[in-house]
This record gives sequence, structure tokens and C-alpha cells, in this order.
Amino acid sequence: MLEIRNLHATVDGKEIIKGLDLTIGAGEVHAIMGPNGTGKSTLSYVLAGRDGYEVTEGEILFQGENLLDLETDERACRGIFLAFQYPVEIPGVAGTTFLKTALNAVRKSRGEDDLDAMQFLKHVREKAKTLGVSDEMLRRPLNVGFSGGEKKRNEALQMAVLEPSFAILDETDSGLDIDALKVVADGVNAMRDPARSMLIITHYQRLLNYIEPDHVHVLVNGRIAKSGGKELAERLEEHGYAEFLDAEAA
Amino acid sequence: MAATAKTIEQVKSVGDKYKYGFVTDIDLDYAPKGLNEDIIRFISAKKEEPEWLLEWRLKAYAHWLEMPEPEWAKVDFPPIDYQDAYYYAAPKSDEDKPKSLDEVDPKLLETYEKLGIPLHEQEVLAGVAVDAVFDSVSVATTYKGKLEEQGIIFCSISEAVQDHPELVKKYLGSVVPYGDNKHACLNSAAFTDGSFVYIPKGVRCPMELSTYFRINAENTGQFERTLIIADEGSYVSYLEGCTAPMRDENQLHAAVVELITLDDAEIKYSTVQNWYPGDEDGKGGIYNFVTKRGACRGRNSKISWTQVETGSAITWKYPSCILEGDNSVGEFYSVAITNNLQQADTGTKMIHLGKNTSSTIIAKGIAAGRSDSTYRGQVKIMPNAEGARNFTQCDSLLIGDQCGAHTVPYIESRNPSARVEHEATTSKISDDQMFYCQQRGLSDEEAVALIVNGFCREVLQQLPMEFAVEAQKLVGISLEGSVG
Amino acid sequence: MAARKKIPLAFADAFSALETTLPGRSVPWLSRLRAESWDRYAALGLPTVRDESWKFTNLNSLRRAGIVPTPEGVPALDTVPLGAALSIDAHLAVLVNGVFRADLSSLPDAEAGLSVKGFAAVAEDDPDALEGSLGKIADRDALPMAALNTALAADGLVIHLRRGAEIEKPLHILSIGIAGETPVMFQPRVLVTAEENSSACILESHVGVGDGVYFSNAVTELDVAPRARVRHYKLQNEHPAAFHIAAAAVSLADGAAYESFVLQVGGRIARNEIQIHIGGEHAECTMNGAYLLRGKQHADSTTFVDHAVPNSTSREFYKGVIDDTARGVFQGKILVRKDAQKTDGQQLNKALLLSRGAEIDSKPELEIYADDVICSHGATAGELDNEALFYLRSRGIDEATARGLLIEAFVGEAVEQIGHAASQDAFQKVVDGWLRDGAQTRAKDGDSA
Repeated sequence: MLEIRNLHATVDGKEIIKGLDLTIGAGEVHAIMGPNGTGKSTLSYVLAGRDGYEVTEGEILFQGENLLDLETDERACRGIFLAFQYPVEIPGVAGTTFLKTALNAVRKSRGEDDLDAMQFLKHVREKAKTLGVSDEMLRRPLNVGFSGGEKKRNEALQMAVLEPSFAILDETDSGLDIDALKVVADGVNAMRDPARSMLIITHYQRLLNYIEPDHVHVLVNGRIAKSGGKELAERLEEHGYAEFLDAEAA
Repeated sequence: MAATAKTIEQVKSVGDKYKYGFVTDIDLDYAPKGLNEDIIRFISAKKEEPEWLLEWRLKAYAHWLEMPEPEWAKVDFPPIDYQDAYYYAAPKSDEDKPKSLDEVDPKLLETYEKLGIPLHEQEVLAGVAVDAVFDSVSVATTYKGKLEEQGIIFCSISEAVQDHPELVKKYLGSVVPYGDNKHACLNSAAFTDGSFVYIPKGVRCPMELSTYFRINAENTGQFERTLIIADEGSYVSYLEGCTAPMRDENQLHAAVVELITLDDAEIKYSTVQNWYPGDEDGKGGIYNFVTKRGACRGRNSKISWTQVETGSAITWKYPSCILEGDNSVGEFYSVAITNNLQQADTGTKMIHLGKNTSSTIIAKGIAAGRSDSTYRGQVKIMPNAEGARNFTQCDSLLIGDQCGAHTVPYIESRNPSARVEHEATTSKISDDQMFYCQQRGLSDEEAVALIVNGFCREVLQQLPMEFAVEAQKLVGISLEGSVG
Repeated sequence: MAARKKIPLAFADAFSALETTLPGRSVPWLSRLRAESWDRYAALGLPTVRDESWKFTNLNSLRRAGIVPTPEGVPALDTVPLGAALSIDAHLAVLVNGVFRADLSSLPDAEAGLSVKGFAAVAEDDPDALEGSLGKIADRDALPMAALNTALAADGLVIHLRRGAEIEKPLHILSIGIAGETPVMFQPRVLVTAEENSSACILESHVGVGDGVYFSNAVTELDVAPRARVRHYKLQNEHPAAFHIAAAAVSLADGAAYESFVLQVGGRIARNEIQIHIGGEHAECTMNGAYLLRGKQHADSTTFVDHAVPNSTSREFYKGVIDDTARGVFQGKILVRKDAQKTDGQQLNKALLLSRGAEIDSKPELEIYADDVICSHGATAGELDNEALFYLRSRGIDEATARGLLIEAFVGEAVEQIGHAASQDAFQKVVDGWLRDGAQTRAKDGDSA
């Protein structure tokens, strides 16, 4: 599904990702853990194709295609979805309007027809219900005045509606209380599918209790320092990142 | 505008009766280019106007000759040669026109298609069939009977002069006097037609009244005059749409709209202005120099202006409210979008005279390309406007680094119990917002259209439903080519 | 253009009357500059309300005041009247009717890096020292009154701040106007050059003594070099019959900082105009002020910031309190030029109208040609917050005291912006005095009613 080879990336001329290799197969769920400032969010922006995140070396293949040749919206239309750590507010644009515009853009790229208003609402309402997103919330301007939990549920809803083949969850647990976390995690788990891969980026192990990864990687100083199964996450929970940081320093 | 077709008919029919000193070799289907007293007498005679109206036109004309051009607006254009235009519908010979849709610029057709205007109307709008009847009139004729049952008068102003001279005489020029400004003065002298609405006491007009204006013939100025009177306790919502075919030369549109509300009456006036803006290099396009003003004469009366200005090469327009009646309310909701080399200088005046009068101004300016967009507004609280309130919010959005957005408010308060608040901001679409939208699969242009629509929402939601849809599409279309 | 009625030029004979008396008249460039400036003034004329920038300030009463360029019977001044001026421990430079009076001044020791000289003396003895600065910052096309000043300035100050000098003790410029038997006008010119990395605090007090009409047309030019920091605070407390028109033109280089505060409480008709040209990146300018007006006073605070390069910041905050039939005018314009990306410009004017007949005219203006900016302005006008008033009264405070407290708090928001503590105290005292006078007048009116 996704293959990252020797990735180097800079932000404002400063190298943040320093030779990262990662392969994610179809249907797999990978978690990337690491202390603050090691390049976790940078990786998610590089994958999504944000301006200002420059790849200086290496390549990223997505379903055999060179991802780096594609614009942000083209990547999204190919099925890459980023659930933002801090979803942005867009005043005046109703959640439904946004979702419909996005869904039809993605459908168009797949050669599917636009959904009409009725089909669309039916499609969205079902998914919204399971995520506890009310009609009222959908009508409100996108993310404007939303609580942290509402924003994250809204991200999960967008993911459910757009049905990406590869989802990146960037610090999805931050700002969530335990109930909200469960709702979001249930939503994500419901989307696990042999044809859909996920990359979970998180600082804490907590989220991984609810979304169980197949593989766990520790990202330190722009590189994968260690990979393992979910037991690696548990070890980190217990011992922290100190051993990897020390190893890096040595 | 339907009046164009109609006046052509009139010119044709009046041929033999014509008696006002034109040289004899003039083809009588046409009034000659330029403006002078004879032309004004000619227009007035065509319309069989009463003497007082002709006198009024002539006074306006004499005044116009002396009046300076308004120079304070932030717009730049070469001096207008007023003698190089036709003041009476004067199409050129048929050879010059496109004979079928195949000859019409496909870009124009594309635009109309996007607006959802059906094909036969595209033909009309493209100047192929000048004798077509337009929506403004069909609305009037279709529902005329139904409206008449309630005593509502909705007709062309020419008809109103004939059929309701007492109302026209009483109110014409009472809100916008002919000497108000050069453009209004020209209109007063040379207006050819326009709409007239009278809503009688206590009547709530059961449907939206609408006019669809178009500038059709080449080298014409358009000078329509609209007069709407809402008698005590009445209500009307009026819609105005504008389009014009693409022409290389600039065409002048100098309209005047006067609104009057008596006690407890309300007028809601909505405009979607999409005159031809000129091409990417600023060639051609309409000079839209419009004077719109409403007088809240009565207590508890209300006038609400909503405008979406996307077209025209130059927009010079300040729909205003004179709040005379106690507790009267004035509103101005505006979206002005400029792209390429368009220039817009638009805003409002809220003049508070009565007690407890209140006004709200929400203005959204979006500038892209190499355009300039200016909000210019005045809020004036006179000494007797006890307890007056104003709230103004002006936001500007810049798309690209070649355009300009300007905010020029004049806030004058002469009553201590009045409360006036003005806020203005200028910013661009944030990178975060663009990235978020793109990450969800939206192209640059889709993202911009979506975000700008959100930015304008407070204004767009003031529009009647059927207009709001058109306006939203227009927002997207107007900004095409502004990013990427 | 309409044929405007030609208004006769005000002070038409001033240049011919004064030209030969001006210092440095034998210096060719100086004579030429004066003549050109006079021509510019003569072409533009005394501003009228038809001039957009003077829309709200009518100078007809100045035009009709019978001011003569060479007045008679102007009394001499032997002691410095400090009463109406800022009270602060500072070096003192005194101008009487625009003429520098070394005998009344106590100037700093130039060794420390701050040199203060009389403009006339420099024009006579070392005219070349003026050539690089006089008229270089004040735009005579935009400022016709500055052109008049340049043509006629007979004296003033030349202030120089040496590279790296950080001057602790403020410099206080005291400009005193005295009217003679015939109304007098004078044109003080102050030139300030702050070299790189220098810093200083300059205060101005403009006051009047005696009775009668005078017209002070003052111009200050400030050239602030890279990373220099200048604080410039001004009290306009002219005689109630006086006319005061002043312009401060400021040029800011890379990393320079300029902080201004202007309090207008005096004069019959007064206008203080600040024009700031930001030509250096990462420059910061702050323009704060207050205007406290009563009687028939008219005070105009006009500012203009020109962000010509990227990454600069401007902040502006003005407060006005207008009583009786006085009229306040605030005009503030932020210009962001095409390449001035990342400009951050904010501006706010708030006015309180205390009585029927009082008037405030605000014209905040944004003219923006760069997209990556954050600019905003706001303006409000209104009376005291009735809820706050009620709250205070419900706690047992009488209405007059409650109003006083609220007005004080309202003005205080502006005064507390002054970055230099001792200066802040000095301005606060003037504000307190103004509020006290108002309270006394009200009490008296109450008695007589």
C-alpha cells in the first residue's frame, strides 16, 4: 500500500525527517510513537503534501504510484486522508456543505457521479449517528466553536464519509476525554478493512488500547529507532522514550 | 432590459410623428449619438410624458452640464466621452450581430450555462434576438392581475408616468434629487425606462418582484430608473439581476433607484450584479455608476439592501438609507468581488435623523487578480437621533499579491446617546484552511470558492433563496483563475 | 472639476515680509528650499474642507483671525511658565513664539551623546548640517502646512542622538506662545536625528501665556536609524484662543522603534498630524493618544503609517472625551504597499460624547496592496456605559463621582499605554487636572441652576 524509502524532509530549511523507511501493507494498522519534536507531525504533512514540507531525498510510493508527484488534493482523491491534530475552523462554511463538496470531489476523481442532496444526507446521517455527530453540529460552520472532542469526532466522520484507502490519524487522542476517545476509536475500528491501511501517530500509548495496531514504530530524531508489535507500545508506556533518546545521543 | 426592446418598437412606430428638429437624413429607427436638449425632448416625446417631467429632465440636463465628475472614489478610468454613446436604444444594423449561437463567444455561453440560464435566454443575452421579451416584463404581465387584486402596482416607470402620474410626481427625485451627483443627474435627464412599484397600505406583497436588467446593444448607455413606494404597513421584496454581453468598449450604466417606506413599511431590495467585467486584460466591461437610496420616511419602517457585486469593470455604488422616521431601521449587506482588472468602490451611507434609529452594515470585499476593492461608507448620527445605533463590520480578503483592498469609513456622531461601532479587518485565506480543504480532495479553485462563500455567508443568507444559489455559483465563477 | 471659487491665499504676504529676515538666507540651497516650499504652499493653499484630509477641520476662523507675519507689541518673557506644561524631571529646551531661548533652557551635556542646538544658530553657523535633514521627511505635497513651515521657519531645534547613546533623562521641549497686540504666527522647526542603536525620550509641551490669538505651525522631523528607539510624547495645551497645527514626520529604518503619545487638551482649533514612513524591516511604531475637549474646542488627531517594506508592525490606540459643543476628529490611515508582506497593523479610536452638541468624526482607513497581512481598525462613539454607571451608583457612589470615575478609567486606558513611567505620571496629572476642572465647572453650573 505505502512504501517510504530513505525519506529526508526539511521545514524552513531545517531537516526534520532524516532517512525514514516504512512499509505498510494493505489492511495493516501501524502506529508511530515518539517524543515531542521528533518529526511525527512532519511525516503526516509530508504524506499529505503540505506546502513548505520539502522532500530532499528518498521516495514515497502509494499503491505503486510516486506520491511526491501529486498535489495535495490529488493525493486526497487517491485515498489519502489526514485526520488533523488541530482541525482548522472555516467560518461560514456549514459542515454538510464542506463534506458534500469534498465527497463529490473524491467521487469525481473515481469516475463516480455526484451524489444528490438526498443520497448525500442519507449517506452522512448514518455515519454521523454512530459517531454522535448531531444534525445541528453538521449545520454549524466547520469546526467553528467546536470543543476538542467535537472536532475529533468530526474528523472521524469525514473519514467515514470519504472512505479513504489510507488514513493518517495525527494525535487523534489529544484533547479527548475517555468517553469521546471511545466513540472516535469505535468509529475508526469500524473502518478497519483488508483494503484500508492506517497510520496512527501518537505520543501516548492510551489510544492504542482502543485501536490496536499490527505494528509499532518508535520515531526518534527523524528516523525509525525501533519497530515491533503492540508490546513495544506497552514497554514505552512503562519505560518512556529515554532508552531510545540515550541510544540516539550515544 | 425589456424596455430596450420596447423602446425600439416605440422609435419605429413613432417615425412619422417625429417632430423635434433632427436633421432629416437621420434614419428614424435611431436616435443619433450623443446627448443634448433635443435628444431629451425626443425621449420625453416618445414616452408622451407630461410637461413637468420634461421640464425636470431639462433642468437636470442643464445642471449636469455644469456638474463635476465625482473624483473621490478609488477608481481610475479615462474620461467618459458622453457624446459617443446612444441615449436612446439604438442597435446597429443586423450585419454586425452574431446571427446564431455559433458566432457567440463560447466563454460567454459557458458563463451563462454555469448560471443556469436556459439556452433561449442565452441567445437573448448574447444579443442575437433583440426583440425577445424579458423576465421583468413577463413577471409583471404574468402576475399583473393577481397583484392588481391587492392594489399593487408593478409596471414600467413609463407606464407609471401615464397611469399613476400623481405618485410619480410626488416621489420621483424626492430621495435622489437630480443634482445629487453627476451620474444621477445624467440619469434624471436621460432615463429611458425602469420599474415602478407601489404597495398599498397594509399589503404584504405575496411574491418577490424582480427585474432582470441587461445591456444589450452596442455603444449604448443604460439609464434605468426605479421607484418603489411602500405605503403604511406594507412589505415588498424586490430582486434585481444584471448581465451584459461582452463588448470591447466600455458601456455606461448610470441607474437611479429610489425607495420610500412610510410608517411600519418594509422594503427588501436585493441585487446580484454580474455585468460584463471586461476581459483578463481589462478591455471592455461596464461602468456601473449607480445611485441607490432609500428614505425611511415613516416610523418603524425598514429598508434593507443586499448586494452581490461580481461584475462590471468599475462599480461605483452606495446604496444608502436616510432614517427619518423614529425607530426606523436601515441595513446594508454587501459582497463585492473583483478579479483581473476590475475596480469596485462601493459601500453605503446611513444617515440617522430620527430617534432610536438603527443601522447595520456588513460588507465583505474580496479582491483577486490585479483588482482593487474599496469599501467606502458613511455613518452619520444627527443631533436629534436620540438613542441611535449603528454596527458596522467590514472584512476584506485578498487573494494574491497584485490586488488591493481598502476600507474608508466616515463615522460622524453628533448625539451623545447614540452608539456607533465600526470594525474592519483585512486578511488572506489562511494556508491552514487551504491545506485542510485540499487534503479533503478539493482543488485550489474549489477550496477558494468554498472558503470565500463561507466568508460571505452572513451576506448571502440575506438573499432570497433563488438568488442565493445563483450568487453562490457566481462567487466561484468570479474568482476563477485567481489562484494557482 | 467644477470651477471652484478661487479663495485668496492666506498669509499671502508672509514670505515676502519674512524672507530676508530668515537665518541662513545667504545659503543658496536653503533659500531655494524655502522658495520652493513657499511656492508649494501657495499652490496648495491653506487647506479647506474640500481637501479630503481636512474634511472635518475647517480653518476659516484661522483665515479670518487677522494674523500678521510681523506682529507688534509682543511682550518679552523672562521666566518660564511651567504651570500648563508637563511636570517632569528632564533637560529643558524652551521656544518662545518659535524662537529658541538658550537663556531659559537647561540643555544636556553633548558629551553624553545628546546634542540640542537652536535651529537658527545652526542655519547661520553650520547650514550644511541641515541639508541632509531639513524637509527630507516631511512630505510637502501631503502637508501644505509643513511646506509653509519650511518656507518660514525662523528657529527651532536641531537634536542629534549619537550612535549607541542611550539617554536616560528625557528632553523636554517647551514651546510657549504669547500673543501681541496683533495676532501672531510662528513656525518652530525641530529636527531629530537618532543614529543607530541610540535611544531617547523626547517630550513636548505646547502652552500659551497671556491673552490673545496666536498660531503655532510646528513641524518636527524625526529620522530614526536602524535599531534606534525614540519615545516621543506631546502635550498640546495651548491657550484656549490659540490655533495649533503640527506635523511630526517620522522615518523608521530597520529594527527602529518609535513610540508616540499625544494628548490634546488645549487650543481653539488644533490639529496634530503624524506621518510615519516605515522603510526598514522589523520596525515597530506605536501611536497612542487622547483628546479631552470642552467648550467650543476643536481638536484633530490625524495619523498616517506607510508600511513600505515587509515585516513591520504598527499599533495605534486613541481615546477621546468630548464635552459641551466641542468637536473631536480622528483620522488614521494604514497604507500597506505591494511588497510589505507580513505587515501587522492595528488601529482603534474610541470616543465618549458627554453632552448634546458634542461631535466626533472618525475616519479610520485601510489601504492595502499586500495579501499576507493582518490589519484591522475599529472605531466607536457613544456615551458612558449606563450599566456601569448604575452599578457604581448602586454601591452608593453619587452620579457625578461615578461619571468621573468612569471617564477617568476610559482615558486611563490610553495613558497607561505610555511606555516611560515618569512620562506616564506627568500625563496622568494633566488628565487629572482636566477632569477636576470639569467636575468644578459642573458643580458650579449645578449651584447656579
